[in-house]
Amino acid sequence: MTQTATLEPPVPESAISHRQRRFGKSQGRTAAWLVGPAVVLLVLFILIPIALTFSLAFTNAKLVSPQPGTFVGFENFSRMFHDPVFWKSMRNTVLFAVFVVPLQAGFALVLALLINAKVRGVNFFRTVYFLPVVTSIVVVSMLWQFMYQPDGLINSVLRAVSGGAIQGTDWLGNPTTALGAILLMSIWQGVGFHMVIWLSGLQTIPGDLYEASSLDGASTWQDFRYVTWPSLRQTRTFILVTITIQAFALFAQIQVMTQGGPLDSTSTVVFQAVRAGFAQQQTGYASAISLIFFVLVLSVSFVQRYLTSDKDVKK
Amino acid sequence: MSDTIAHVAQTSPTEHGGSGQPSRGRRIGGLIVRILLVFVFGLPLVFLLVSSLKPDTQIFGDLTSVKAFLPVGDISLDNYSAVFDRVPFWRMLMNSIVISALTVTLGLIVNSMCAFALARLKFRGRAIILGVIIATLIVPFETLALPLLWWVNKLPYYDGSVGWLDTYEVQIIPFIANAFSIYLFYQYFDSIPKELDEAAIVDGAGWFTIYRKIIMPLSGPAIATVAILTFLPAWNQYLWPLMAIQTEELRPVQVGLDYFKQLNTAWGPLMAYASLITIPVLALFIAFQRSFINSIASSGVKG
Repeated sequence: MTQTATLEPPVPESAISHRQRRFGKSQGRTAAWLVGPAVVLLVLFILIPIALTFSLAFTNAKLVSPQPGTFVGFENFSRMFHDPVFWKSMRNTVLFAVFVVPLQAGFALVLALLINAKVRGVNFFRTVYFLPVVTSIVVVSMLWQFMYQPDGLINSVLRAVSGGAIQGTDWLGNPTTALGAILLMSIWQGVGFHMVIWLSGLQTIPGDLYEASSLDGASTWQDFRYVTWPSLRQTRTFILVTITIQAFALFAQIQVMTQGGPLDSTSTVVFQAVRAGFAQQQTGYASAISLIFFVLVLSVSFVQRYLTSDKDVKK
Repeated sequence: MSDTIAHVAQTSPTEHGGSGQPSRGRRIGGLIVRILLVFVFGLPLVFLLVSSLKPDTQIFGDLTSVKAFLPVGDISLDNYSAVFDRVPFWRMLMNSIVISALTVTLGLIVNSMCAFALARLKFRGRAIILGVIIATLIVPFETLALPLLWWVNKLPYYDGSVGWLDTYEVQIIPFIANAFSIYLFYQYFDSIPKELDEAAIVDGAGWFTIYRKIIMPLSGPAIATVAILTFLPAWNQYLWPLMAIQTEELRPVQVGLDYFKQLNTAWGPLMAYASLITIPVLALFIAFQRSFINSIASSGVKG
């Protein structure tokens, strides 16, 4: 194939371009074999499902049914918008995101700054803070469900620490505390991940920037405010977007711990989609919910693109 | 920022203290905070492991004192034998091991091949494929899960029947090709000098040889990163097998824990089950700590 080109005698210009085209063609065939498996799988299991999210949302397709779904227009959407549980789930999902994003990102940054110091045992601290990340969310949810019980670990600790003054509550059984309890647990589980990402951002900041600022007599806070924080813009955007999307996708904790209760106070968009599309087998309706979720995610990524593109002059 | 693989674990930390060495008081304060955080993150896991050795009455009895975190009192492996008596634990463990191992291995092959072509070959459609892959990076699996469930139920199965639900394949094949793995490999391969290919071609090597004998052996860090980043979600898969698998014999461990919990199980055996599926991953993490941290770090470096 390609090596025959080296054996040919010198040739005029036109023949060279011909030869290059042949070379390109053989690359094309090799490339087809190399990308083929991945492309086929991505089409089958990502692109077609994306297309299906959009098309099934306008049908009454059922998960297991001999009849194909028929076009029903916006029926699924009008049913969804008239369902108070959907609105409650939407509210919970957005509320969860609004709190979890700044809290988790901020706490992760604090951890990263604590770890990014020249002190002994940094490795040990980093390892321990990261342990919940490698623990599965199902295990974490079960464990914290025990801890959150009325007579569980959290209330016992609260009682012991306060000398009996704080009695605690049934954290997951109380509609006012359930979502907050799940939020706290989710941060505990996920914060180590974003700590590591902040850390990798911190370590790309050139040391001479800090030397310069210390020559100027900057305080630690000024260092952070004028050197560290501006240098972390890309890391920051990435972290905010990934936590937002994870927050929108909140599901496992709900399924294991509360099943959406009490009084739908922890129901989320994905939880409703699974209930509709799996438990009730209404794929059409579930696709409509998924579509809303998809739009949420897309709008976040557009905001990200907007935030990173125009200001990103250097790089 | 477009460096391919970050090396957070290797880089020695640098003190960005501004005005020289931080004061003694501040150093001690920092240490106290770090140690308190060790308790915050470590104690719940210690509690899990310790409670798996105790009967329920003692788990609750110990809650009021520090004994909750110590393996003292009526310690036994009874909870563990209760797990093996009540659910086919070894079978589910094997399922999870097989599913994770195949997803990771096949994923490494398929995604690296694709990335190799995208990074080093010229062909028509290259830009489009790369663009689509980057565009799908942002799409979380949860948006597709329900349409996908409907879709795999319509796909022809190899034995002539229709529908993949309740099979091993449905837990593996949809997760082999992974846009993020392709992207990580692509970035890494793109940073390897192209002159290597030209030299190899002069020596008569074909593209497949270049991929297998030159590029892959140079890509250890990328392979480790992709392996870890695909192993964790494969092992922790929950939403998908919850919906796609009905038969207990095909169930992976995470869904198994959820079902075990629904059998109104006492807490002790639940803690034992949870410990059994957590300890191997924690051991892997502690053994390959550097690689784990570096893979997570590089997952953030998205250009």
